[in-house]
Amino acid sequence: MMEVLAMGGYGNFVWGAYGLTIIVLAVCIVGGPVRHTKAINDVRRRIRAMEAKS
Amino acid sequence: MWKFFHKLASPPHFYQFAGKIVPWFAVIAIACIGYGGYAGLFVAPVDYQQGDAFRIIYVHVPASYLSMMAYSIMAISAGIGLIWRIKLSHAVAAAAAPLGAWFTFLALATGSIWGKPMWGTWWEWGDPRLTSELLLLFLYIGYMALRASIDDIAKADKASAVLALVGVVNVPIIHFSVEWWSSLHQGPTLVREGGPAMAPDMLYPLLAMILGFTFLFGALLLGRVRTEVLYREYRARWVRELLLGDGGTT
Amino acid sequence: MTDTRPLVPSLWSGFVGIVRRDILLAWKRPGDVLNPLFFFAMVSALFPLALGPSSEQLGSIGPGVIWVAALLAALLSLNSLFVSDFEDGSLDQLLLSPQPLTVLALGKAIGHWMVSGLPLVVISPLVAISFHMPDQSIKVMAVTLFFGTLSLSLLGSIGAALTVGLHRGTALLSLLILPLAMPVLIFGARTVSLSTSDDAVSAGVYFLAAYCMLALTLAPFATAAALRISNE
Repeated sequence: MMEVLAMGGYGNFVWGAYGLTIIVLAVCIVGGPVRHTKAINDVRRRIRAMEAKS
Repeated sequence: MWKFFHKLASPPHFYQFAGKIVPWFAVIAIACIGYGGYAGLFVAPVDYQQGDAFRIIYVHVPASYLSMMAYSIMAISAGIGLIWRIKLSHAVAAAAAPLGAWFTFLALATGSIWGKPMWGTWWEWGDPRLTSELLLLFLYIGYMALRASIDDIAKADKASAVLALVGVVNVPIIHFSVEWWSSLHQGPTLVREGGPAMAPDMLYPLLAMILGFTFLFGALLLGRVRTEVLYREYRARWVRELLLGDGGTT
Repeated sequence: MTDTRPLVPSLWSGFVGIVRRDILLAWKRPGDVLNPLFFFAMVSALFPLALGPSSEQLGSIGPGVIWVAALLAALLSLNSLFVSDFEDGSLDQLLLSPQPLTVLALGKAIGHWMVSGLPLVVISPLVAISFHMPDQSIKVMAVTLFFGTLSLSLLGSIGAALTVGLHRGTALLSLLILPLAMPVLIFGARTVSLSTSDDAVSAGVYFLAAYCMLALTLAPFATAAALRISNE
């Protein structure tokens, strides 16, 4: 276990790189549905406003 | 077959189709990245020259590959949108940009982290591949900034399309930079004459990661295009029916 | 007396007309030409002032500093490339004229270069001397700046066309042009650096010339497309 973490002395670098990757991918993956729900709400509001005017 | 693609250019059909495809892409991505990540970290044998640090390759190479592919997709769909005036094509370009920028950042960051133990430096200004990849990030940012500053969507689409096409020259430069100029970067290992220069049990996780990242990018891209479509087509009836339910005014 | 002028103006007369117009306009308003030149000189001067006058240091940073100053001066002058035409309606006339917009866009870029880039090339030896650069470097500097400023005018016209009429387009223009300008800067400055140590410079000069030719042949198309889009 310890040697897995140590990665032959390069542990910080390897896990740092993988950690950063996970963070960035997580941001993109979570961001997608979040923006989509926001879009649905925004567009709903816009449609309602458009129809209220007409 | 042609009819299939033709139908796909219509926003409501695309919206539905993409919605069905995204989960499949996600599953394939998870499987590939799961295997690739695990095998890359724990199963692949230690590299003779680089020790365990070489394992960064399993995130760095997919990220770099995708950073270039995303730009190509962005430029091609922008070009298609500009020439054949297909609005959905412009939406694809708009959706690809932020994703491409993230992957470029990831490529630069993981590359920098890898470079520190291997080359002794976090960054090397003289290296052509590093510089051209950084340039790619600037191109993405410029593209997004131009889009953001033009209010009319159609105009923003066309102007940013011109910009994307002008910048596409950079993509082959990044790829061939290691061949044309002397660089800290090693030469091409995968796409070269005589096949890949890597041992199979190191190679397969890498291929899996590249494939997995590609499908992940595909899923993310399709998802973002769906979001774009909603914003762009909010006046259309199909959007109204989809979001507010059919029948009657509210 | 019969009028022997052609019914439709030729490509060449359109091109020359644009270049002449911009030169005449610059002649009438010397500030437009002199401001970027003074800016170039002053920015170059900032570095020795800030870093101290030690001769070897100046000699080594000279190429880079002068090149960056030239790039910034070009960005400064590119801002107004299409703005005054946009505001007084000349841009609409350009879009309506019988000559292909590509030729006219080329004319605008060349005119801009003759008025901003060429003078910069001419005064660059003065600045180079102040940096204690050796004689052969001064020649190489002028040659690289010749091709470099021409490339910048051409590539910059694309950015200027994309951002004309945009609110706060100035910063955006710089953001758009810088990635395209980076190869020019890198090769220009590095080539001059090589010449200070008597290394071979022909490769760098050829690259700059080639990049310049690429810009010369392709940029006007992009500029024309961008002008049409911006002006809808």
